[in-house]
Amino acid sequence: MVMINLIVILLVGGLLAILSERISDTMPRKVAMGVVLVDLLYLLVCLSGMPDITQLQAPVASDSSSWLMHFKAGWIPAFGISIELALDGISLLMVLLTLVLGAIAISASWTDIVVRKGFFEANLLWSLAGVLGVFMSLDLMLFFLFWEVMLIPMYFMIAIWGHENRGYAAMKFFIFTQASGLLMLVSILALVAVNHGATGTWTFSYFDLLNTEMAEQTAHWIMLGFFIAFVVKLPGFPFHTWLPDAHTQAPTAGSVILAGILLKTGAYGLIRFAVPFFPEAALNFSYPAMWLGAAGVVYGAVLAFGQTDFKRLIAYSSVSHMGFVLLGIYAWNELALQGAVMQMVAHGFSTAALFMIAGSLQERLHTRDMREMSGLWQQMPRMGAVAMFFVVASLGLPGLGNFVAEFLVLLGLFQVNVWITVIAATGLITGAAYSLLLMQRSFQGEVNKKWADYGLADFGPREMLTMGVMMIALILLGIYPQPVLDAAQPVLQSLLELTATPALASAEAMQ
Amino acid sequence: MNATMFSALAPILILSLTAIVLMIQASIKRDQSLAWVITAVGFVLTLCGAYYARDFTQSVTILLQVDHWSLFFTSLIMIASLVTLVLSRDTFSPEGERKEEYYLLLVLSVLGAVVLIQSSHMVSLLLGMELMGVALYAMIAFPERGHLPLEGAIKYLVLSACASAMLLYGFALIYAATGELSYAGIGAKGALAYLENPMLIMAGSAMVLAGIGFKLSVAPFHMWTPDVYQGAPTPVTGFLATVSKGAVFIALSRFYIDGALYQYSGLNTALVVLAIASMLVGNWLALRQENIKRLLAYSSIAHFGYLLVVLIALTYVDAGLVSQSITFYLTAYMVTTLAAFTVVSTVAGEDTAKQDVSAFEGLFWHRPLEASALTVAMLSLAGIPLTAGFMAKFFVITLGIQSGLWGLLAALVVGSAVAIYYYLRVIFAMSKSTESTGESANRLEKLLALVLLASILVLGSWPQPFIAYAGGL
Repeated sequence: MVMINLIVILLVGGLLAILSERISDTMPRKVAMGVVLVDLLYLLVCLSGMPDITQLQAPVASDSSSWLMHFKAGWIPAFGISIELALDGISLLMVLLTLVLGAIAISASWTDIVVRKGFFEANLLWSLAGVLGVFMSLDLMLFFLFWEVMLIPMYFMIAIWGHENRGYAAMKFFIFTQASGLLMLVSILALVAVNHGATGTWTFSYFDLLNTEMAEQTAHWIMLGFFIAFVVKLPGFPFHTWLPDAHTQAPTAGSVILAGILLKTGAYGLIRFAVPFFPEAALNFSYPAMWLGAAGVVYGAVLAFGQTDFKRLIAYSSVSHMGFVLLGIYAWNELALQGAVMQMVAHGFSTAALFMIAGSLQERLHTRDMREMSGLWQQMPRMGAVAMFFVVASLGLPGLGNFVAEFLVLLGLFQVNVWITVIAATGLITGAAYSLLLMQRSFQGEVNKKWADYGLADFGPREMLTMGVMMIALILLGIYPQPVLDAAQPVLQSLLELTATPALASAEAMQ
Repeated sequence: MNATMFSALAPILILSLTAIVLMIQASIKRDQSLAWVITAVGFVLTLCGAYYARDFTQSVTILLQVDHWSLFFTSLIMIASLVTLVLSRDTFSPEGERKEEYYLLLVLSVLGAVVLIQSSHMVSLLLGMELMGVALYAMIAFPERGHLPLEGAIKYLVLSACASAMLLYGFALIYAATGELSYAGIGAKGALAYLENPMLIMAGSAMVLAGIGFKLSVAPFHMWTPDVYQGAPTPVTGFLATVSKGAVFIALSRFYIDGALYQYSGLNTALVVLAIASMLVGNWLALRQENIKRLLAYSSIAHFGYLLVVLIALTYVDAGLVSQSITFYLTAYMVTTLAAFTVVSTVAGEDTAKQDVSAFEGLFWHRPLEASALTVAMLSLAGIPLTAGFMAKFFVITLGIQSGLWGLLAALVVGSAVAIYYYLRVIFAMSKSTESTGESANRLEKLLALVLLASILVLGSWPQPFIAYAGGL
C-alpha cells in the first residue's frame, strides 16, 4: 500500500495545487513543495521500519517475497493484468532520486513561472507520479501505462511554459517517445503472447514472464523492440535528436525533471527488463549496444563542444554521459553495472544543477546565448562558484560522484573490451574541454558591458539552499559511495546470477 | 411469425412507430420542440425495447438475427443517436419552416442502421443500408445555407449509389455460385461452390467488399469522406461517423463470420491491402488538414484500417475473441468520436471558419470542460493509455500478434506514430494562451461532454467489467 500511497499523494497533490491557485498566486508552489516533501518523508518513515537495505539478503528476482516491498491487486484479470508494484534497492534509489529532484525542480521554478501556476505545479507533480510508477511497477502493462502517461504532463510543461520554439520541441519529444512506446507495446504483447502460447495463461507479471522460453530469433526481435524503446528515452545515439530540443525549450523545472529523472527511466528499463527477459539475445547484442554507447559518449561530447546555447550544451553533455550508462549496462558485469547505477544518480544531480543555473541565467539575462555572456562571475560570484563546482563535477573530477561512476564503468568495461574502453575514455577528455569552455565563456573573461548596469541579482538563500543540497549529495557520492553501491549490489548480483548461465542453472535444478 | 418474434423485434417496431407518430404529428401541428421530444422518447423506448428483447433472442424469419451481440449494438447506436439528437437541437433551430422533417429522417436512418445490424441475409443487408443511406443524404443536405452541405450530399449520393450497385452485382454473383442469399447458407455451400468455380465467389465477394468499403470509407474507397464530413451539419457528421459506419461494420463482420468468408485466402489478402492502405493513407492525409472535421474524417479512415486487422485475424484465432475485440473497439471508437463531435458541435457549430484547428486556440482557458473532453478524445484516438482507445488498440495488437500478422502490425505502428502528430496539434492549439473568450454551451451539452469524457476514461482505466460483458455476448 505504501507504494500506491506514494503515487496517490502526488496525484491528489496536483489537484490541490490547481485549487490552491484560487487562494493566492503564490500558493501552488508552496503546496507542490509541501506535497513532494510529505511524500519523501512518508517514504523515509515507512522505510525506517524495514530491515536496513544494506543488510538485505540478495533478492531473488524471480521470488517476490525477497523484495523490500511488494504489492499486488487484480486489475484486468481477463488478460492477467494486475496492479503489481515492488521495491528493491535500485528502485528505491531511483524513487528517492525522483522525489529529491522533484523538490529541487519545484524550487528551480519558484519564480520563473508567471502564468497558470496551479496547472504548472500540477503537471509537475503528475509527471513525478508517473515516474514513480515506472520505477516501481512490475506488471508490464502497468509499467507501460506509467511510461506513456508520465509524458503527457511533461508535454504540457514544454508546450505551455516552454521557451520560444516550444511547439516544435514538445511535438518532437512526444512523437519520439510515443512511437518508441508503441514499439515497446508490441514487444510486450509479443512476449506475453509467446508466454501464453507456452503456458496457456495470460500474464503480464514480471516474475511470470522472466523465465519465458522462446526461440532465439523471436527473443532477438522482441529484445530489439524493448531496446529501441528504452534507448530512445535514454537517449542513446542515434535516437537522441529529440533531447536537445526538448531540454532547451522546456522551462527550468521541466529540464531538471527531464534530464534528472526521465532519462533514467530508459536506463532503468534496460537493467530491469530488456536484459533479464532475454539474457542470451541481449548479451549477443551487447557489442552493437556498447558501440552505440561509445558513439554516444564521443558524439555527444563533440556536439556539446560546438554549442553556443547554454542549455543545448548541457543537453548534449547528457547524451555523452548517458552513453556511459549504456556502456555500463551492456558490459554486464558487477563493476560496470554499479557504475551505471551510480552514473544515473550522480548525473541526475549534476545536470539538474546545471539546468537550474541555466534557468537562473535565462531569467536574469533573457538569453541563453553564451556569446553574450561574459565575466558573469564578477557580478554574481555565488552563482559563478556554484557553477564551477557543478561543471567540474560533470567533467568527472575525482572526489565527486560522477568520477566514481565513470571510473567504475570504464573499469568494468575494460574487462570486456579494451578498444571500446579506450574510445569511451576519450569522453572524459572531451568532457573536460566542453565543460570548461562553458565556464570560460559565461562566467570568466571580460565583463560584458551589456550587463554592467543590468542589476543582476546573485543567488539568494533559496537557490543556495537548493544548490547546497545537490553539492552535498555529489560530494557524499564522491567520497563515500558505499551506501549507493550497497543498495544496488544485491539486486545487481541476483540479476547477474539470473542471466549468467541459464543452462547451468537449469542443470542444477535438474540434479 | 409468433408472439416471441414480435418481442424480439421490439426495437425495430418501436422505431417504426416513432416514425409514424412523427409523420402524424407533422400533419397536425408543426412544432420542432414537440418533434424533438417525440424522437427522444422514441429512442429511449427503443433502448428499453432492446433490453426487453434480450429474453427473446432468435432468428426472426430468415432475414434478421436477433442475438445479444446485435442487441448490444442496437443499444449502442441508440445512445449515439440520442447524443446526435441532443446536438441537433441547436443546430437545426435556425432552419426554415421544415425543421421537423429532420427528426423523421433521423429516426428512419436509425431504423435502417438497426436492420443492418440485425441482418442475416443479403436482402435485409441491402434494405437496411439503403434505408439508412437515403435518409442520410437528406440529412447531410438539410441546412439551407451555403454550398458545402449540398456538395457533400451529392457526392455521398452518387458514390453510395455506385457502391450499392457494386454490392448488388456482388450479391448476384454469389447467388449464382451458391444459390443462397442468407449468410449461413453461403457459409454452408460456399466452400463447395468455390471448388467448382472460384472466380464467381471471388469476384462476388470482392464486389461486396468494395461496396461495403465505400460505406466504411476504407482506402482506396475513401474519397468522399472528408468532403462529406466537412459539408454535413456537425451532428450529422457525428452520426455518420458512429452510427452509420458502426452499423455497416457490424454487418460486414456478420457476413464475414457467418458467411465463412475468412476461408478464402484471396479475400483475406484483399482485406490486408485495404487495411494497410487505410492506415497509411488516413494518417498521412490527416497531417495537413486544417479543418477539424476533415481531420476527424481521415482519422476515421485510419481507425477502420486498424479495425480490419481484427477481421483478418479471424482466420487464425477463434471467433469469440474476434467478436469481443470488435465490440470493444467499436464501443471505444464510437464513444470517443461522439465526444469529439460533441465538442466540435458546441464550440464551433456550423461556422466553417471556427472549425479550423487554429480556431480552437486557448480553449483550455476559457472553456476547460470542452477542452478537456476534446483532449481526452484526441488522446483516446491516438491510443494513449488510460483511455478507451488504448484498450481498443491493445485488443487489435494482441490479435495481430496471436495471428502473426507482422506486416499489418508494422503498418499500425507507423500509422499510429504519424497520427500522434495531428492529434497533438489539436491539443497544442487548445493549450495556447489567447485573450478571446467564448460563449458557453447549454447545460445539456455540457453534461453530455462530461459523461462522454468519463466513459472514455472508465473504459480505459477500468475495462474489466466491460471486457467480461463483451466476452459474454
